[in-house]
Amino acid sequence: MQRIKTFLIAVALSAAAPAYAAGGHALTYKFEPDSGNIQSAQRGARNFMNYCSGCHSMKHLRYGRLAKDLNIPEDLLKANLMFTSEKPGDHIISSMPAMEAAKWFGQPPPDLTVETRMRGPAWVYNFLMTFYVDGAKPAGVNNLTLPGASMPHVLMDLQGVQVKVDEKAEGHGEEGHGGGHHAGPKFELVQPGKLNPEEYKKFVTDTVNFMHYAAEPGRNARISLGYKVMLFLFLFTILAYLMKKEWWKDVH
Amino acid sequence: MAIVPNPHKTTGLLGWIDDRFPLTKLYKDHLSEYYAPKNFNFWYYFGSLALLVLVNQLLTGIWLVMHYKPEASIAWDSVEALMRDVPYGDLLRYLHSTGASAFFVVVFLHMYRGLLYGSYRKPRELVWLFGALIFLVLMAEAFAGYVLPWGNMSYWGASVIINLFGAIPVIGNDLVIWIQGDYFPSDATLGRLFSLHVIFLPFVLVALVVAHLIALHEVGSNNPDGVEIKKHKDPKTGIPLDGIPFHPYYTVKDVVGVGVFLIIFLGIVFFAPDGGGWLLEKPNFTPANPMATPEHITPAWYFGSFYAMLRAVPDKLLGVLTMGAAVVIIFFVPWLDRSPVKSIRYKGMLSKIALTLFTISFVLLSYYGMQPPTPVGTWVSRVGTVIYFAYFLLMPWYTRAEKTKTEPERVTHAAH
Repeated sequence: MQRIKTFLIAVALSAAAPAYAAGGHALTYKFEPDSGNIQSAQRGARNFMNYCSGCHSMKHLRYGRLAKDLNIPEDLLKANLMFTSEKPGDHIISSMPAMEAAKWFGQPPPDLTVETRMRGPAWVYNFLMTFYVDGAKPAGVNNLTLPGASMPHVLMDLQGVQVKVDEKAEGHGEEGHGGGHHAGPKFELVQPGKLNPEEYKKFVTDTVNFMHYAAEPGRNARISLGYKVMLFLFLFTILAYLMKKEWWKDVH
Repeated sequence: MAIVPNPHKTTGLLGWIDDRFPLTKLYKDHLSEYYAPKNFNFWYYFGSLALLVLVNQLLTGIWLVMHYKPEASIAWDSVEALMRDVPYGDLLRYLHSTGASAFFVVVFLHMYRGLLYGSYRKPRELVWLFGALIFLVLMAEAFAGYVLPWGNMSYWGASVIINLFGAIPVIGNDLVIWIQGDYFPSDATLGRLFSLHVIFLPFVLVALVVAHLIALHEVGSNNPDGVEIKKHKDPKTGIPLDGIPFHPYYTVKDVVGVGVFLIIFLGIVFFAPDGGGWLLEKPNFTPANPMATPEHITPAWYFGSFYAMLRAVPDKLLGVLTMGAAVVIIFFVPWLDRSPVKSIRYKGMLSKIALTLFTISFVLLSYYGMQPPTPVGTWVSRVGTVIYFAYFLLMPWYTRAEKTKTEPERVTHAAH
């Protein structure tokens, strides 16, 4: 009996384990994208074009599509968001030559069109939040979310410089539940940036909301069509059921 | 017996057609005068739903092929482009990708219904065999289709599955190269899988579905009681007393099933097309990369059970044979079941226990097949594999040894 019990517990545990493992390792910050917030995505587009698009493409998204979906007038689009191209029908291609970039960084900066679908929006948010000083790295920084990342901390100017606080020094390490998924931020800002921590969080949120939009520009249209389809199907199914009942009255 | 044109003696335009083509005859034989038992329950929706999903796959497939490019360097980009630049292209793709999973859901439930009520027993052995062939072709079709987006999981999934043939002694390695057309999955592989997926396999699939239906309509449908409705006919009309015309009774009933099914199916298509990573896997949002293996290569959920059996066996060749045998054994069910009754309703305790254990082990196998390998997972898979095969292989004994209940003369049906 005891054996069976142990076995059942082991089965239950092994079934539950992947739920924790699913995200690779635990993320420090919680994040839910807000796909309905157009203004946030507009600001995010500005952030992306100014800070990311120098190195990263979004080669499946067209400038014109972005402008149309995010209600950005064409003159504003051309003046503020299009740096490498003239035609709104063009895709967002970075000006960095991939071959050269591979030499500089070890690998070319990845295309970011569907990054939030591959990694998840929360992962991208955490990636941008968790750069910290690490003298051993060529760029002087490392990243908690993607250890050994070859990307320098492009937003250091805004976030400031943060160091990773040794958990043991804080006295948390000995309590034994180091599961990690409850772990709060373990960083200390040693040199403030141009934005205060709240503003920086908002900056990253906007940027990830934009990337979340870019990963699937048709998302909002799909969901709003979905509600109409559901309404139709509920009415259709009720009528179909009543019709069936009527016909089946003669079946005894 | 010679064919007599226009047996129903229609006149006018319809008569002109019926003199030359059996239009009225087909309509009557297969719809308005095809008599189905009146006691069909919940389990009997999934046949018509499988047909609906097949039509969905064929139609959305036609439009996807208009925009998809079966060339390794641009295949992934063409899928992303069709979702963005083609009007409703994202929905076409989600209908097709979710449809693949829906196909397996309804087909699994449809086959399970057969096991429950003994729908494979004499005289329906060929209905079952055509159905089992449909399942086999469907698996090949699903695998080929899974590779086409040429994402990283497509690529590595193709690599793992095709390399299974490498376990065959002597010719294995050459066979893998022959199948791939290259030393690793490449443009040559993609091209042939595309051809199979959009031409050969759909042709075979549709032909088998037609054969499945012709065989069914020849012998008539089974029912939850597993008794033949043809035993009790109206002496005047020759119509089975417990039979009702398929049209309109089951057409109107199946439409209700279609409504409920579409609410669930389109609910996923519109609100959760990724299915939390189960329907569209995260690694497939990055193009195929022979240099970067995904962290865990897992098959689509509907192959989970068979993949778990493969991994449960320590030897690769034996594992592959086990996996193959798990599909092949389904074909033999009509001759393994020796019970005097057809339906689980009248079978004895042993059959009920066997089916319950089989159900649990199939679900557990499907689950562990999708998880990264763990010692517990491997052991659960081993036990599950043994139970899966025991369900079939011991069937001739447990179906004869148990005490069965007496079947009723007529079907049981409460009017509602």
